Amino acid sequence: MTILRGSVLVVSALAKSFGGVQAVREASFAVEAGQLVAMIGPNGAGKTTCFNMVNGQLRPDSGSVRIGGVEVVGRAPRQIWRLGVGRTFQITATFASMTVRENVQMALLSYHHRLASWWLRAAHLYREEAHALLARVGMADQAERPCSVLAYGDLKRVELAMALANAPQLLLMDEPTAGMAPAERIELMALTADIVRERRIAALFTEHDMDVVFAHADRIVVLNRGSVIAEGVPDEVRANAQVRQVYLGSRH
Amino acid sequence: MSSLVIQFLNGLAGASTLFLVAVGLSLIFGVTRIVNFAHGSFYMLGIYVAYSIISRAGAGGGLGPAGFWGGILVAAMVVGALGALIEILLLRRIYHAPEMFQLLATFGIVLVIKDYVLWAWGPEDLLGPRAPGLGGSVEILGRPFPEYDLALVFIGPLVLGLLWLLLNRTRWGTLVRAATQDREMAGALGVNQKWLFTAVFALGSALAGLGGALQIPREPAQLFLDMGVIADAFVVVVVGGMGSIPGAALAAFIIGEIKAYCVGIGQVGFLGYSVSLSKLTLVAEFIVMAIVLVMRPWGLLGRQQGAQRIAAGARERPAAGRAMQIAVLAVAGALAVMPFVAQPYTIVLLIDILVYALFAASLQFLMGPAGLVSFGHAAYFGLGAYGAALLVKKAGLPMEFALAGGPLAAALGAVVFGWFCVRLSGVYLAMLTLAFAQIAWSIVYQWDQFTGGSNGLVGVWPAPWLASKTAFYYLAFTLCGCGIWLLRRIVYSPYGCALRAGRDSPLRCDAIGIDLARLQWAAFVLVGTFAGLAGAIYAFSKGSISPETLGIPLSVDALVMVLLGGIHTASGPVVGAAVLTWLQDTVVRNTDYWRALLGAIIIALVLVFPQGIAGFARRRWARSEAA
Ligand SMILES: Nc1ncnc2c1ncn2[C@@H]1O[C@H](COP(=O)(O)OP(=O)(O)OP(=O)(O)O)[C@@H](O)[C@H]1O
Ligand SMILES: [Mg+2]
Repeated sequence: MTILRGSVLVVSALAKSFGGVQAVREASFAVEAGQLVAMIGPNGAGKTTCFNMVNGQLRPDSGSVRIGGVEVVGRAPRQIWRLGVGRTFQITATFASMTVRENVQMALLSYHHRLASWWLRAAHLYREEAHALLARVGMADQAERPCSVLAYGDLKRVELAMALANAPQLLLMDEPTAGMAPAERIELMALTADIVRERRIAALFTEHDMDVVFAHADRIVVLNRGSVIAEGVPDEVRANAQVRQVYLGSRH
Repeated sequence: MSSLVIQFLNGLAGASTLFLVAVGLSLIFGVTRIVNFAHGSFYMLGIYVAYSIISRAGAGGGLGPAGFWGGILVAAMVVGALGALIEILLLRRIYHAPEMFQLLATFGIVLVIKDYVLWAWGPEDLLGPRAPGLGGSVEILGRPFPEYDLALVFIGPLVLGLLWLLLNRTRWGTLVRAATQDREMAGALGVNQKWLFTAVFALGSALAGLGGALQIPREPAQLFLDMGVIADAFVVVVVGGMGSIPGAALAAFIIGEIKAYCVGIGQVGFLGYSVSLSKLTLVAEFIVMAIVLVMRPWGLLGRQQGAQRIAAGARERPAAGRAMQIAVLAVAGALAVMPFVAQPYTIVLLIDILVYALFAASLQFLMGPAGLVSFGHAAYFGLGAYGAALLVKKAGLPMEFALAGGPLAAALGAVVFGWFCVRLSGVYLAMLTLAFAQIAWSIVYQWDQFTGGSNGLVGVWPAPWLASKTAFYYLAFTLCGCGIWLLRRIVYSPYGCALRAGRDSPLRCDAIGIDLARLQWAAFVLVGTFAGLAGAIYAFSKGSISPETLGIPLSVDALVMVLLGGIHTASGPVVGAAVLTWLQDTVVRNTDYWRALLGAIIIALVLVFPQGIAGFARRRWARSEAA
């Protein structure tokens, strides 16, 4: 495997165990700017755990995570976010008491260091920027709805808009299309791929729908029981015997 | 050497008592997830019931051991039965309500029981008989030690052993343990949850009653036992880890011993000062709790609890509608002309209402938008009151400076307390705020030379230009009005929105760069300042203050005001403060039993209006507008 110097995210020999469970073992991979990399693997393979270590929510037992050349192991998520890392969650985490627009405004306010203000009205700040981000993910018409009433697929879009608020160099998306109909999945991933390319973002996503993965990913990292068992362009991965074993073997 | 041993034994006797009180609370929390404020009341009832039974048993002549110990057991069973009754009639209906409401409902029970005890046994202290055969003392290493205390040293471990057998060697115990570990799973196993909860609640209450009844030979039955005991029990349970019985035992042992040694050692010299350790006993357990919670947020042997539901899903909006604006202006206008139309007595009452409205608004800011429940909000009120009073009395500053200095003192308190509190969440956070309030109270209560101790401070009068009630009313109206308005304004500022964001999803906050702990710390300081301002105004309006301004009852009053008005409604705390203050004033003048009435109101409120009066009105309003 070649890791280019210019990679935005470089993960090497990352490991984490919970009690006796070795969730991630010595995983290494990299993501370059403008590239959409899929991380796939069966349930419990350790994908979310990897994400959590990259954005600082979990501290790895060992290994290194470099983002834009900076070692981030040991930093808090909010410090890593300041380096330009956007994140969406497998189980969506949005502010339920706020509208869609207010959710995105929160991320923008944080990005522009405006949270210490006790006087201004938050609703009047960064409205247009929030609107532009929502328009980009196809949520402009729902901007004034409370987040608590949205369909799950729309929540995922709100999360994407929030993740883009800090003009990230790295985007982490944990199952961005979960809860969507097949047509909507393809459409959202196409949209994401466009954004990633136009803004030269390095994007890492997990996905269980292989149609989505093979249609849009530039590279694929395959995780099984915490280990990276294959890594490469879609055709290489498709041809990999071990991957076929993991994905097909258990079913046949 | 021998004194060390005696103190150790004293500590064990104290630990036994603490364990008996706390273990029932922990057991109940473990299974039902209810933090039972009324646990101290069950303890108190235990003493009173045992007193009645034992004095009746001994009426015909000498009291035999069977009469004494039998009486204690019967008292425990009576209290257990009462616990079962309360569980069936009230708690069953609110297991799915947010924790805050459950707590409040159990506090309603506290008030009702207190007035029942007052009605049934009267206000005098009742001293029970000595235990037959254990009235003397034994010689240990040449020093006398009370026989009954020695018995207590054995009773604690005995009860612990019996509980262990019950929980580990019976089928029922297996069910209780399963439910403690995983409620859903226990439900799936076909456990009849309803009756399991009732039984656990009855057992826990009976243990509290037993703990109380066993104190008969040691202390008189008194009306204020409930609050003192519940504070002790909370500390033990939180230090040990909520739901953990071995944890309760360990914590009781540690706290019992520390207290005993504090009493035993007495005065110590420290950097040239002489510090009285025996005075520290009141505070010692709270200091232990603060240290343990910071190092191990789930207690010594506790496990992490799931996310806490305060009252999620609320949607704060600026009071935009024209009707609302007109209503606010109308109220403000009416208040402004009051001195021209109202009786002097009404003006005094209105000053109280304004002060409490600001106090409640500051708590509402913390509980609603910030989602941080405080059980010790009176700490800031009291610090503000004492800060202002001391600046006038001891530093000789003019009243105007003291009025600014009081809130500053409260803010400083909030800087310290808040730093610890933001490390915790949910019930543990609430308990820690309670602990800090209790520490502040103990210090003020015991520091006679400086704070006037239990007598408080008198002669705290405003400056001459504010001497008339009318002038002071306008001062209170202006300051409280501005304070409430400012708090409302902050809710919709970026800072206020960030706090709400933290309440909704700490995970997302962290992922968009929001340093939640720091914002929440600032929130404590902010509301502490406003509560302190309310306290300072209060001090000058009354001319005297007492430790009650930092007491648990005042903290609870604030909670009731907020919940009465509605936790997520801007006008809520103002409505709540007005209703509660007016109600107390009216009821207190007409009956001795206003607490029972307040308790009944709280219980009814929790059952009928979980969104509070203003919240209820707003929902009705929204519905009629939509129609
Ligand atoms: N906080 C935790 N405590 C204990 N074990 C955990 C924890 N988080 C994850 N695990 C375990 O680590 C392993 C990897 O989990 P992870 O969530 O990373 O898998 P995943 O690949 O994201 O799965 P899925 O496709 O279901 O989302 C699993 O065996 C899981 O049970
Ligand atoms: Mg996952």
